[in-house]
Amino acid sequence: MRSRRSWPVGLVFGATVVFLYLPIAVLVVLSFNASGLPTSWGGFTTGWYEQLAHNDALLDSALNTLIVAVWATIISVVLGTLLAFGLERAVRSSGLDAVAYVPMVVPDIVLAIALLSFYNLVFTQWLGVGLGLWSVILGHAVFGIAFVAAIVRTRLRHFDDSTVEASLDLGANELQTFRHVTLPAIAPGVVAGALVAFTLSLDEFVIAFFTAGTTVTFPIQVYSMVRFGITPEINAAATVVVGVSLVLMLVALRLRGSEDPA
Amino acid sequence: MLLVVPVGLILAYSLFRRGTYGGVVYELNLDNFERLFDPIYLDVVWFSVRVAVEATAVSLLIGYPAAWFIATRPRKWRTVLLVVVVLPFWTSLLIRTYAWMVLLNDQGLVNEALTGIGIVDEPVKLLYNEFSIVLGLVYGYLPLMILPLYAAIERLSPELREAATDLGASGWRAFLTVTLPLTRTGVVAGCLFVFVPSLGNFIVPDLLGGGRQSMVGNLIQVQFLKARDWPFGATLALAVIALMTIVLVVQARTMARDRREGVADA
Repeated sequence: MRSRRSWPVGLVFGATVVFLYLPIAVLVVLSFNASGLPTSWGGFTTGWYEQLAHNDALLDSALNTLIVAVWATIISVVLGTLLAFGLERAVRSSGLDAVAYVPMVVPDIVLAIALLSFYNLVFTQWLGVGLGLWSVILGHAVFGIAFVAAIVRTRLRHFDDSTVEASLDLGANELQTFRHVTLPAIAPGVVAGALVAFTLSLDEFVIAFFTAGTTVTFPIQVYSMVRFGITPEINAAATVVVGVSLVLMLVALRLRGSEDPA
Repeated sequence: MLLVVPVGLILAYSLFRRGTYGGVVYELNLDNFERLFDPIYLDVVWFSVRVAVEATAVSLLIGYPAAWFIATRPRKWRTVLLVVVVLPFWTSLLIRTYAWMVLLNDQGLVNEALTGIGIVDEPVKLLYNEFSIVLGLVYGYLPLMILPLYAAIERLSPELREAATDLGASGWRAFLTVTLPLTRTGVVAGCLFVFVPSLGNFIVPDLLGGGRQSMVGNLIQVQFLKARDWPFGATLALAVIALMTIVLVVQARTMARDRREGVADA
């Protein structure tokens, strides 16, 4: 019954996949185009990537982005895992659940100006240190925590508490139990959460744009290049970014297991 | 703490006014809210809502059949297809939006193709208008529509729909009276996931709207980073939050009604 009528939906699905991947594929192809023009093929070249490797402003911003992503990930993993335990084990409240997920659904610009107002008050007016890398790190940690907590929670829900009790009964202390029983069980979730937080931080633009002060991260640098016009060099930079994100996300999906690809 | 205080600050700022040289003058007043209803700004808010609704509607029209296709494949294929659809969402929105600048500009591939096969004689203006903004938003958030729809359709038993057809309902009637109401939770969730980030979007209207068609997100950015009028920027952000809250309340009501009628988890 159903297969007879399934070709139109199949067509829509096929078109959707083409729609989703074609623009990215075009960027990748153009990044190897020697002519540098979007419409004529001038032969294969890696020249744009070499040019990229000599763009000091871009490399500096890439380093900043790496620093931000590493620190934001560390904070997100520690606090996000704790939050997951808190929400799953200690207090069960749908209200708290909602607050924990706000950073995932609120438009990023609202979060960005909220953080900017807050940092301006604390860092600039009270502490007098101004905005910089650390304000971006904290901003990225805010949504990183939410994602890590959400991922670790699904892992915790499938985790059998009686193994913890068994471990305690057998004479292990709480720290040992966490280290040898709980942590190995939730580790894939924690690592997957870390990868998601890391990838999101690498790619995040709006919050960084608002809270970085005069510091420039990689997406901010790409944005100012894009505002200036379309260049083959941006295509090459974009290809690198998309490639890195896709690989990291695929690894994260693998680790999380297949049941929930969101 | 990292979250509640900043949002509270927005509320506080919106009540103050801008100092002569920027900064915030701590003097309680409601002028910003009056300014919000100035036609210039009201137009921008209205345009943002319209664009977000259009993007949501288009996403639903594409997303429903696509989600249906995935949900009706053999089990081992579903995960793979779902990952294929969701994966682009996890890459930089900035770069995915830039890709459309490359495709849609006057000398871009789309225009070359259109003139090449003779559909149009001159390049069509595809960029920097409402069309390109809606397209960019659909492109950015379509996976967020497909995911909840997939979850809702997958739960549905195929027998139910077949029963309706067997009892004499036509294909469309079976869909409208049986399938669609039963997957309403997914529809509402998907629409929400697309509408909310579209409404406050900054990158897509900035790059694909070319500064000519500005949405409330761009207005907030201008107030905060260029005009240095934080109080008014904060008021605009509050307007976005208020619109979101209305939509969320409507969603919660729909869900509650579904639960009462016992169809949410059918």
